Amino acid sequence: MAAGGSSPSRGDLRLLGAYVALAVAGFRRYATYRQAMLAAIFTNTVFGFLRAAVMFAVVGAGAAAGYDEPRLATFVWAGQGLIGVVLLWAPTELADRIRTGDVIADLLRPVDLVWQQLAADLGRAALAVLTRFIGPMAVGALAFTLHAPRRPATYALFACSMLLATAVCFGCRFLVNAAAYWLLDARGPQVAWTLASGVLGGLYFPLWFLPRAAALAIVLATPFPSVIQLPLDILVERGSTSAQVALLAVQAGWAIAMLGLCRWVQRLGERKLVLQGG
Amino acid sequence: MTRTSQVRERLLARIAAYRELVRAQVRGQAQYRMSFAVDLAGSVAFGVLDIVTVFVLFRVSPSLAGFSFPEVFLMTALASCAFAVADLLVGNVERLRVYVRTGLLDAVLVRPLGALTQLVAMDVAPRRVGRAVFGAAILMVAAMQAQLALTPARAALLVGAPIAGAVIFSAVFVATATVSFWWIEAGEFGNALTYGGHDFTAYPISIYGALLRRLFAYGLGFAFVAYYPALALLDRADPLGAPAALGYASPLIAAVAAGAAALMWRTGIRHYRSTGS
Repeated sequence: MAAGGSSPSRGDLRLLGAYVALAVAGFRRYATYRQAMLAAIFTNTVFGFLRAAVMFAVVGAGAAAGYDEPRLATFVWAGQGLIGVVLLWAPTELADRIRTGDVIADLLRPVDLVWQQLAADLGRAALAVLTRFIGPMAVGALAFTLHAPRRPATYALFACSMLLATAVCFGCRFLVNAAAYWLLDARGPQVAWTLASGVLGGLYFPLWFLPRAAALAIVLATPFPSVIQLPLDILVERGSTSAQVALLAVQAGWAIAMLGLCRWVQRLGERKLVLQGG
Repeated sequence: MTRTSQVRERLLARIAAYRELVRAQVRGQAQYRMSFAVDLAGSVAFGVLDIVTVFVLFRVSPSLAGFSFPEVFLMTALASCAFAVADLLVGNVERLRVYVRTGLLDAVLVRPLGALTQLVAMDVAPRRVGRAVFGAAILMVAAMQAQLALTPARAALLVGAPIAGAVIFSAVFVATATVSFWWIEAGEFGNALTYGGHDFTAYPISIYGALLRRLFAYGLGFAFVAYYPALALLDRADPLGAPAALGYASPLIAAVAAGAAALMWRTGIRHYRSTGS
């Protein structure tokens, strides 16, 4: 590649095109999983009703921890929709490929494995916004009074937030799968991830129900709230615009950290593969 | 050989066959000891989370739809214990989906043992034992926390309600899995009823809307897993106006549910066999 010059070289543009193609491929692939999508929307909808009932019983007619009833309703329903967008449940496809050695074919391509997988995942997420997010949200909007954003900036902030949440979640899922480079069984990391993402992500209860210091510590020191809790807090406008931007910044920090961690772990894993004679 | 000794031989042989199936599975599982330990810890952790959630919710509000913390804690404990025991007993039946799709079910049907029993014994998960034990322990804690006035009848209910609840959950597990016999991809929809059912039963049913109540609490019998037994144990009036002793009817509801599930299973197997697989 020619050195110097700030304009993108032909190679860079072709590489970008490759990633876009991968994203489109991810989108189209998941578009064929219609049955699974319907089942997921159905399950999320049922859980939406169940969780909303519990939240309302707790809040009563007033408010709790900065959430009034419409905000809690939006929190629950958008949360169920968001689960599909970020894909909280980690499929072990990559781990299986690592175990069988098929991952070699992916590594031989001239694109980095982490960016490759991220591109496909973003394509999937784009489809999920149109299906697994809209579905439960529509039901929730019909059955409950949701909190409509009062500030126009919220829409843009939430869109960015969803993108960052997907990136953070992708990073965590990638790491869970990458454990296969060292462990026979990816079940341990998978269980740990499911637990942590559920409780620390804000699915069992909004994190702010905990003592403020504990909640703040979890938000800043772990990636899990960045996946579900923070995007929802941005959407329901819990606090001022500067609070929303601060949450977005936390998410951005974690997205960069997780993706960096993925690339580092991937390099370590590749080295291990080579050592084993792969 | 006499007739009775023949029957006894056959029965002993059957028991031995089941026992070997289970033993082989446990041996295989124990080899992945680290993975097993993590699995066990993870299973118990999910149970812990259910309890922690109730704690956190009551941190925010002193009452949940008029119920105090010990009362809701008891309901959650009953629900979790029943679910854990059901998961232990028939949790593997959700694999039916995979077996039907890959044709493995045919191998199962060829053997001279009951298909459902084989499916259930085919992947014994010792981790589920951990969760069931934890569920029972938490139930004891919840009962003490609620300071129950234990008459002999209530003591029997305290032991019987989780069992009846487990039977109800098991029936729903089996029934939702049975749908795979007719519609292979419908299995995913069952999760809403099984896991959703667990979440539903952990809280007083008075918090849910009328439609949800009619479907889950009465249609599927979930109200008899934790809510009515808890009311009977606590000697508390039902805000919905049902008689206080309704909790004692749980075993009856469980029997009905088990019967319905068994019928669905038999019909499903017959349908599967008759479609020429």
